[in-house]
Amino acid sequence: MSGDNEDTQTADETTLDEKEVQDKVISPEKAEEAKLKARYPNLGNKPGGSDLLRKRLQKGQKYFDSGDYNMAKAKIKNKQLPTAAPEKTEITGDHIPTPQDLPQRKPSLVASKLAG
Amino acid sequence: TLELTVRASPTGPGGDMQWCFSQVKGAIDDDVAEADIISTVEFNHTGELLATGDKGGRVVIFQQEIENKSQPQFRSEYNVYSTFQSHEPEFDYLKSLEIEEKINKIRWLPQKNAAQFLLSTNDKTIKLWKISERDKRPEGYNLKEEDGRYKDPNTITSLRVPVLIPMDLMVEASPRRVFANAHTYHINSISVNSDNETYLSADDLRINLWHLEITDRSFNIVDIKPANMEELTEVITAAEFHPHQCNTFVYSSSKGTIRLCDMRASALCDKHSKLFEEPEDPSNRSFFSEIISSISDVKFSHNGRYMMTRDYLSVKIWDLNMENRPVETYQVHEYLRSKLCSLYENDCIFDKFECCWNGNDSVVMTGSYNNFFRMFDRGHRRDVTLEASRENSKPMQVLKPRKVCAGGKRKKDEISVDSLDFNKKILHTAWHPQDNIIAVATTNNLYIFQDKVN
Repeated sequence: MSGDNEDTQTADETTLDEKEVQDKVISPEKAEEAKLKARYPNLGNKPGGSDLLRKRLQKGQKYFDSGDYNMAKAKIKNKQLPTAAPEKTEITGDHIPTPQDLPQRKPSLVASKLAG
Repeated sequence: TLELTVRASPTGPGGDMQWCFSQVKGAIDDDVAEADIISTVEFNHTGELLATGDKGGRVVIFQQEIENKSQPQFRSEYNVYSTFQSHEPEFDYLKSLEIEEKINKIRWLPQKNAAQFLLSTNDKTIKLWKISERDKRPEGYNLKEEDGRYKDPNTITSLRVPVLIPMDLMVEASPRRVFANAHTYHINSISVNSDNETYLSADDLRINLWHLEITDRSFNIVDIKPANMEELTEVITAAEFHPHQCNTFVYSSSKGTIRLCDMRASALCDKHSKLFEEPEDPSNRSFFSEIISSISDVKFSHNGRYMMTRDYLSVKIWDLNMENRPVETYQVHEYLRSKLCSLYENDCIFDKFECCWNGNDSVVMTGSYNNFFRMFDRGHRRDVTLEASRENSKPMQVLKPRKVCAGGKRKKDEISVDSLDFNKKILHTAWHPQDNIIAVATTNNLYIFQDKVN
């Protein structure tokens, strides 16, 4: 009898052991989550929620107000509007964007290289 | 003369397909201009034409040449048939919104006459393009010179009938319809109905139904925009019409659900007929769960009995008669589960991979990173990882299966997860509707592979 007990366990004991192992082993996903929270402690707890989705919906949003631009142009007659510093990637706030600040989007004049 | 073409069976003996390099299109240099990034790939209904769209708003159509009878082991090649600028960048000054010219999707219409038609869409506008051939031109006008200048009427002393003379084939693309101003959000899908009269377009929050002939109005058939945007919890990620039932369509969400809607039930299909969702084990839930469950593509099988969905790590096959779980799940790159933190930081976790069926619905294919793509043979329960690279691009070179080593000892010829190039992503793939010919798009190159004909 003792010989049997050394090598085998009853079904109950096996499942209890498994559960203990599971509690100690964190799923790879949860481990990655812990890593992320350690790097960004201010990360909100609603991951897939509103913030991410709203960012997705706002894709393409630039800040150019033609009203502001024309008003400013009218006030500063004959003078140049202050242009944004070249390093600024997003133009917003005190500076009034000009059409020149917006990245020029011209259609491709070159044929696709797939057709070459 | 009666022409017989023998097509290899979709799976060769033993269910093994041997994929060989056939062609590669695009520039070799590593410096990729953003405009050259391929954004969509689609075969037409016969497979004779293959269309690509890119970030620069251009469409390139390839045509399969007549089979070369003297070299039967070579399937016919795809050569450039037509190329045109479909969409141009726009700026909506009213909303301060930049509208990209990137072609999000191309869908072919079934051929009804000599011309070919396709729908192409960017974020906001769908266009119907007619691609027609011209191989004759009129000659011998009475009032015009050959160069087009008008003749002095006093010099005309006789009348003649102009004749049509052969000319070098010219393929012309012209926009026949422009379907604009119907989407506040960004269009992710278009799908032509089996009735050949209507099609749907889907953006993040709404789906519209159009008639191909009518551009000044469309019906809104799904609207999931909440009254208060703060309550927004999910967006529409893809939509498709059923291949045979013109009243049925599906749309997938960022939360991993698919809704099947029946247009006969009501005008506004906000209430679904079926909701497909796999129950999740709440104890497994993590920060990443919802993000990786977001469905990036949904495709009906050709026979209309199944649909396939692609989420970040897997491909799932659903039986339309069973809503509570998929009938098959295939892991595309499970080894990435322990890399989710980095993939979130470099935004790769938001990459939208597409998937496709082969002609008889026995094999499905999807892309991955490092220019790898995966095929899952449903019947034979076999899967393979292949690579699209210039190094394996000798004519008819058989592709060697690739293996990624998730951890532990790396065997020879295996590649470790940390060595994978996450900038080399295969998001778009397409399978010929009948034959074993596939088109695989890397960032800026289009690879065409075919099954070795025995």
